[in-house]
Amino acid sequence: MLDIRQIPIGALLGLIITTLLVLSAILAPLIAPYGIGQIVGGVWEPATSEHWLGTDNLGRDLLTRMIYGGRITIFIAALATALSFILGSVLGFTAAVVGGWFDTIMSRLVDLLMSIPTLIFGLVVLSVLPSSTLTLILVMGILDSTRVYRLARAVAVDINVMDFVEAAKLRGEGRAWIIFREILPNALSPLVAELGLRFIFAVLFLSALSFLGLGVQPPESDWGGMVRENKEGIVFGIPAALIPAGAIAALSISVNLVADWVLNRTSDLKGGRGNA
Amino acid sequence: MGSSRILILIAQRIAMGVLLLFAVSALIFAGTQILPGDVAQSILGQAATPQALANLREELGLNDPAIVRYFRWLGGVLTGDLGTALSNGRDIASSLEDRLGNTLFLAAIAAIVSVPLAILLGLLAVRYRNGAIDKIISGLALASTSLPEFFIGYVLMLFFAVKLQWFPSVSTVYDTMSFVEKLRAVALPATALTFVVLAHMMRMTRAAILNVMQSAYIETAELKGLSPFQIIRRHAFPNAVAPIVNVVMLNLAYLVVGVVVIEVIFVYPGLGQYLVDHVTKRDVPVVQAVGLIFAAVYIGLNMIADIVAILANPRLRNPR
Repeated sequence: MLDIRQIPIGALLGLIITTLLVLSAILAPLIAPYGIGQIVGGVWEPATSEHWLGTDNLGRDLLTRMIYGGRITIFIAALATALSFILGSVLGFTAAVVGGWFDTIMSRLVDLLMSIPTLIFGLVVLSVLPSSTLTLILVMGILDSTRVYRLARAVAVDINVMDFVEAAKLRGEGRAWIIFREILPNALSPLVAELGLRFIFAVLFLSALSFLGLGVQPPESDWGGMVRENKEGIVFGIPAALIPAGAIAALSISVNLVADWVLNRTSDLKGGRGNA
Repeated sequence: MGSSRILILIAQRIAMGVLLLFAVSALIFAGTQILPGDVAQSILGQAATPQALANLREELGLNDPAIVRYFRWLGGVLTGDLGTALSNGRDIASSLEDRLGNTLFLAAIAAIVSVPLAILLGLLAVRYRNGAIDKIISGLALASTSLPEFFIGYVLMLFFAVKLQWFPSVSTVYDTMSFVEKLRAVALPATALTFVVLAHMMRMTRAAILNVMQSAYIETAELKGLSPFQIIRRHAFPNAVAPIVNVVMLNLAYLVVGVVVIEVIFVYPGLGQYLVDHVTKRDVPVVQAVGLIFAAVYIGLNMIADIVAILANPRLRNPR
């Protein structure tokens, strides 16, 4: 069905890099050459055969930190994306099916939340909330669910007027059945295509917050936090901060390439034929 | 007839914007009230005696219900009184003045460079559609939506400030600097900001022009023998202005937000850095004030985008 030779080269590359990064995140304790907080050399030593990426601002092995940092970045971004998807699509489907005042209130509320830039409102809320991983996931997930809500509602409104949904309603199915058994399976493909883009957004948002010192708190650090730790080196011509920044870029470009391909594939399938 | 209808539409849009701004102010205020702890607790710290806390709450009027405090805050904002910062007790409005100016200066420089460049490149992409230039542009657009701002910022800093030493790595500006000195100071952050919005703006400009060029009336104009120049001037341009201005305004709104991270990278004394500093210090009055300013600029630019679209729409100008 899915022939590997049919995947365009860009998407294949994206798929490989994404898989490698995710695998290294999962297997972090097994493949990391040193301990996460272990000081193994001088400050900002250049790359050697023992330390492939050199050492960081405290003399810790940069490769080890990268592997563990990726774990935190991917973990938090994935959970936030999952939250935003569950929240956004359930509310969006419900709004489309129930309609009336629920739809009006939810949609206006989402419009209002979206009229403030996400980063700005995130900063406002984080100024009073305790800094913890749970807070980060909740704030990122809830703010981003507004985008998913819009898409889910728009898709569900179309599906809701189709004959098979009408039939289900006439045979007396409840709302939960309509939402999860009739609408959800048919709305899945546009939502899955959106999933990749929301994940990238979560990675970039988390990295920006951590870079600003408001995301993951030390001693833990994600890639954004590692850029922050090593940024002073730039002024001395030491590019250590660019390594985590580049990893964020690599992850988001790869996921973007895959998402683009999935989007093209699903929109082709919608047309009824072809799997180009 | 036509003009009065346009005026009504514009008035409606402005009223909407003002209403939205009030709703956003309420949302920002509510966003800082979601925890039981309060300002008095943050000023005095965990070790404060209950008596001291009670006194300070009385003094700051924190015993009133949230809705009363919101309207008191809003009344202050509307009369230009943004309150005092918790961290240093200074008047927020006066500390904001210089920083707001600095941020607008940086954003303006980035806009002056990126807007004409994006439109030019967008036109080129349409002219050489599906060619090499077009491919490069869509590749750049993909990269720029994926690159974090600090990657662009630090690459620029490493090469142009540290290796080549053309520009300072820290963008300090102060009042006594001459305009040229200021330009030199903001060169790198402005370039980084330009990169942040450029590709997106190009791609949207391309889509807008392409949309117009594929309309039936362009074909009609070609068929009746108008020269390409006349087609662009009489038919394509008037219809492309609205979408292009819309694209520009949306991206300027995006640019205003991008400023926050860029300012922190280059230690630029603007509003974004001020906001981030005070989020770290948990200085709620400052965060509320600056958050509201950012939201207002963002909403304002979106509103201007809509108004220009109304003004430039020939269908609304000459209603049937």
